[in-house]
Amino acid sequence: MTDPIAQRVAAATPPRLAHRIRGLSDRTIAWLFVAPTIFLLLAVNIFPLIWTIRLSMTNFRTNRPNNEVEFIWFENYQKILTDEDTWTSLQATAHFLIWTILLQVLIGFTLAYLINKKFRGNDLWTTLIVLPMMLSPAVVGNFWTFLYQPQIGLFNYFVQFLTGTDPASFSMIGEVALAPWAIVIVDTWMWTPFVMLICLAGLRSIPSSIYEAAECDRASKWRQFWTITIPMALPFLMLAVLFRGIENFKMFDLVVQLTGGGPGSTTLLTSIDLKREAFEKWRTGYASAYAVILFVTVFGLASIYVKALNKVKDR
Amino acid sequence: MNTFINGLLRLRRGPWEMVATILIALGVVMLMQPFAMVLFTYSFVVTLIGTVMFIIVSHFPE
Repeated sequence: MTDPIAQRVAAATPPRLAHRIRGLSDRTIAWLFVAPTIFLLLAVNIFPLIWTIRLSMTNFRTNRPNNEVEFIWFENYQKILTDEDTWTSLQATAHFLIWTILLQVLIGFTLAYLINKKFRGNDLWTTLIVLPMMLSPAVVGNFWTFLYQPQIGLFNYFVQFLTGTDPASFSMIGEVALAPWAIVIVDTWMWTPFVMLICLAGLRSIPSSIYEAAECDRASKWRQFWTITIPMALPFLMLAVLFRGIENFKMFDLVVQLTGGGPGSTTLLTSIDLKREAFEKWRTGYASAYAVILFVTVFGLASIYVKALNKVKDR
Repeated sequence: MNTFINGLLRLRRGPWEMVATILIALGVVMLMQPFAMVLFTYSFVVTLIGTVMFIIVSHFPE
């Protein structure tokens, strides 16, 4: 017997349309439903990608639209890959990426492990820990700029409390040696809760019966942690690393608000460098080549990661 | 080692994906290392070859 909803839909369909649809196969109807999404995907993602690749092989400048556009093949790529400044910018990005991921995974997993234990005020603590993640990066960047001020910033006084260093003697965002760490600290403060939430989902998905069986076998807590908790939470941890890795490779707003890429170019991450090339120096072709290099890098890394993730899940 | 080489010769997905993965990882390390400019220069080519290879070989039979 046909579904009453389907009967109502069939009755509401105009006879001419119904006649046309009746002649179509299920496959064609499925394609008709999917077509708008595919069209949008092509228009919003694929077309700009192809256009960027094309632009990356030209000397086009957006601020000089009337100039003749020359096709220069891989000259832009050659310039970027022999440029010392780009290399420095990628090193700054690597420093930022490695330390933020390491700290966020360590602190995030520890917090998740602690929150997963049943204690009084559990929900309140979870809400409080998650708060930084809900703030806008612009707001976070702005108020951390105040926290880092040598004269009035609370951060410097906190360091004084811990180490006895004079708070006016150092500036987190003004010194070449400290600025890269300043952005690492802020990003870790903001995004550790995200990693914690993902890890918490992983920890809560582990059935308690496995721990009970381990208890029966007299496995110590330490052994349970390394042979049950870590392997079963690993796919979630890897997912968190993937998300944070891709996001931090593209990090822009927070760092612009905090240091603007300075002092000098110590915190000039690739996305800030790219934005300067595209919208301050107006070297559109060059910036497109830069974007393609970054895209291929992130795409390659994400491919490896998804493969590893699937392997871990299939275990 | 023999299984790996046999897999490569018989165009199997596993070993070829391994080669592509190594190339991508090598390319990314070359791109971000602070030691030699020449490694940075050739990093993109290595990553690109690895990525394209990965896309192709992921369609090979298991």
